[in-house]
Amino acid sequence: MDIGLLGQYLANGVMLGTMYALVAVGFTLFFGVLDVIKFSHGDVLMIGAFTGFTTYLGIVAIGIENPWVALVAVLVVSIATTAALGALIARYLVLPLKSAPPLNILLITLMLGTALREGVRLFYPDGSNPKAFPALLPTASLELGSFSLRADSVILVSAGIAVIIGLNLLINRTRLGLAIRAVAQDEETAKIMGINYTMIVLVTFAIGSGAAAFAGIMNGLYYNEVNFGMGLLLGLIGFSAAIIGGLGNIYGAILGGFLFAGLQTVGAVALPFASAYKDVFAFGVVIALMAWKPTGLIAERSSDRV
Amino acid sequence: MTRTASRRTVLAAALTAALSISLTTPALAKETVKLGFIGPLTGGVSNMGLGGRNSAELAVDLRNKDENAKYAYELVPLDDECKPNVGVQVATKLATNRDVAGAVTHYCSAVAMGTVDIYHKFNLPIIVWGAVLPDITYGNEYAEVHRVNGTMINQNEVAADFMVAQGYKSWAIIHDTTDYGKGHNTYFTKFLTEKGGKILGTFGVTSDQQDFTAELTKIKELNPDVVYFAGLTPLAVRIRQQMDKLGIEAEFQGVSGMKSDAYFAGLSGDLAEGTVTFLEGAPAAKLPGGAYFMSEYDKAGFGENYEAYGPFAFAAMNLLIDAVEKVGPDRKAVTKYLADVKDHESITGPISFDDHGQNTVALITKYVAQDGKWVVWEDSEYASGKRQLKHK
Repeated sequence: MDIGLLGQYLANGVMLGTMYALVAVGFTLFFGVLDVIKFSHGDVLMIGAFTGFTTYLGIVAIGIENPWVALVAVLVVSIATTAALGALIARYLVLPLKSAPPLNILLITLMLGTALREGVRLFYPDGSNPKAFPALLPTASLELGSFSLRADSVILVSAGIAVIIGLNLLINRTRLGLAIRAVAQDEETAKIMGINYTMIVLVTFAIGSGAAAFAGIMNGLYYNEVNFGMGLLLGLIGFSAAIIGGLGNIYGAILGGFLFAGLQTVGAVALPFASAYKDVFAFGVVIALMAWKPTGLIAERSSDRV
Repeated sequence: MTRTASRRTVLAAALTAALSISLTTPALAKETVKLGFIGPLTGGVSNMGLGGRNSAELAVDLRNKDENAKYAYELVPLDDECKPNVGVQVATKLATNRDVAGAVTHYCSAVAMGTVDIYHKFNLPIIVWGAVLPDITYGNEYAEVHRVNGTMINQNEVAADFMVAQGYKSWAIIHDTTDYGKGHNTYFTKFLTEKGGKILGTFGVTSDQQDFTAELTKIKELNPDVVYFAGLTPLAVRIRQQMDKLGIEAEFQGVSGMKSDAYFAGLSGDLAEGTVTFLEGAPAAKLPGGAYFMSEYDKAGFGENYEAYGPFAFAAMNLLIDAVEKVGPDRKAVTKYLADVKDHESITGPISFDDHGQNTVALITKYVAQDGKWVVWEDSEYASGKRQLKHK
């Protein structure tokens, strides 16, 4: 195998990894703050992608042709709407059940995910068919031997990584992040210190859902297609990535996302058996990793609390 | 008991008489016969299913307008979503409804494979209108199962012949891991190796896979003349899209499952241009009864196109109605009638079933994507030499 192809595999893997990491970060944020697993996360991502797609149709309908303007509008509307949806879910479904067994929250968000998915399928015009997402980014490509690098892929990966770094800074370097970490560590003490608990939970869910919307748009721009079922597998992969990385740890989520993408690529390319088994292989390795390190590769720092 | 029954009959007779006098519509006096239709009415290939359903509906409507028809017909359309589990549910629902005399079923081979047992169990005679996997008719001994369209055996033989004749030497195969994709892979591989083509790699993918960059990068390394994809339109769109992203210059060859207008709707730019695919039968315009079918379809004012298999659904429904007209709405009698169908006239040409209920027509048409449409190869600018297929 020549070096160009190796580069190509690497570029593909990084692209996938960025998307997975963005989803995994959401799972980790929710778990860190509230100790809940929100299974509707993948479908919230799909809602983000569809909101973006609808915004684009609206922009075209009012006659704006500039792809950059369209892109900004798509991102702003989609992230804002999805963040609001995330906060609503936290306020009306997750917080009221906080003192119920964690299984109930898991179940209620699982059902919410199905409701969102079926809702789009049934009520979005022609929602059961895949939609051709517009290519809003420049498609010029750079050919280096057998390695072809496209401008849109580079922009998407850079933007994705920038968002991940931004989130990381937000959590670790700002007052808001400090409050989120305080709530994550000890809810009672945080409240005594004057932190508005409900507000912090809502903001965290909004941030996580906004990141999912970004991943949804990224997915649409990269594959030029969105469909109602896109969140299902992405949600599952994001969740697994968060788990192998170590739930509750943002670095773990990033590591998990890239690890999973790497496993899939290796599964499809380097293994002797058919590429149809790449997901089986990737999830199999995840199972093995979990058996080896039950708390994830990077354990949550406060996981030893009682 | 008998008294109530006879009273009811008298009442019904009186009512019918009164109605036929007041309205003078003989149709009201006819017994209503229910006929089923199953296809993917939602989901990624719903355009195919809706086209088929409309065509079947057209056959029913036209017969209902015919004053010489012995029965009034009612279509019961059901949605299998192209998913085997859903298909089994709706097939059971249809088969257990004793009012249904027969049905025209399935576009998706994977679904048909799961439901033929049910039709056999409940003695429901069916005619497949679009699924092309050979095993649907040849994999069992069920007298109830018939098919008007050809199979993927014929399709892939023609495909292999044609592509070798175009001067291509090496192929990479991507197929979905349903019965449909695997079947195409088997037959294409068989015919292609016989004719001297070389297969550099075969990749199975799941039917809802989103990312193909890993498989395609491997294909880029193998550097084949042609990428052959066996599966349905949504995946074909994704693969073609991602081939371009990775800069793969090979010719893209498909199967009947992607001969749909949705292929163009899903692709941006001129990525579709030059893709070749193959389909059993011939385009509606070239069929013996094509002009009649197309004008009636237009007149009916359906919202959707009849798509590639609409004429087959129409022919299948017509054949089923002919059977009911002849022997009455009795499942076993209809099955017996269908067993002996020979040179039965239809808009797709004469229908003759062999002892497995398979129509022996082997007409295959080659298509190429030209300017956002599927054009019959012989009529295209590619055949006339004005444009060229991709040769590395």
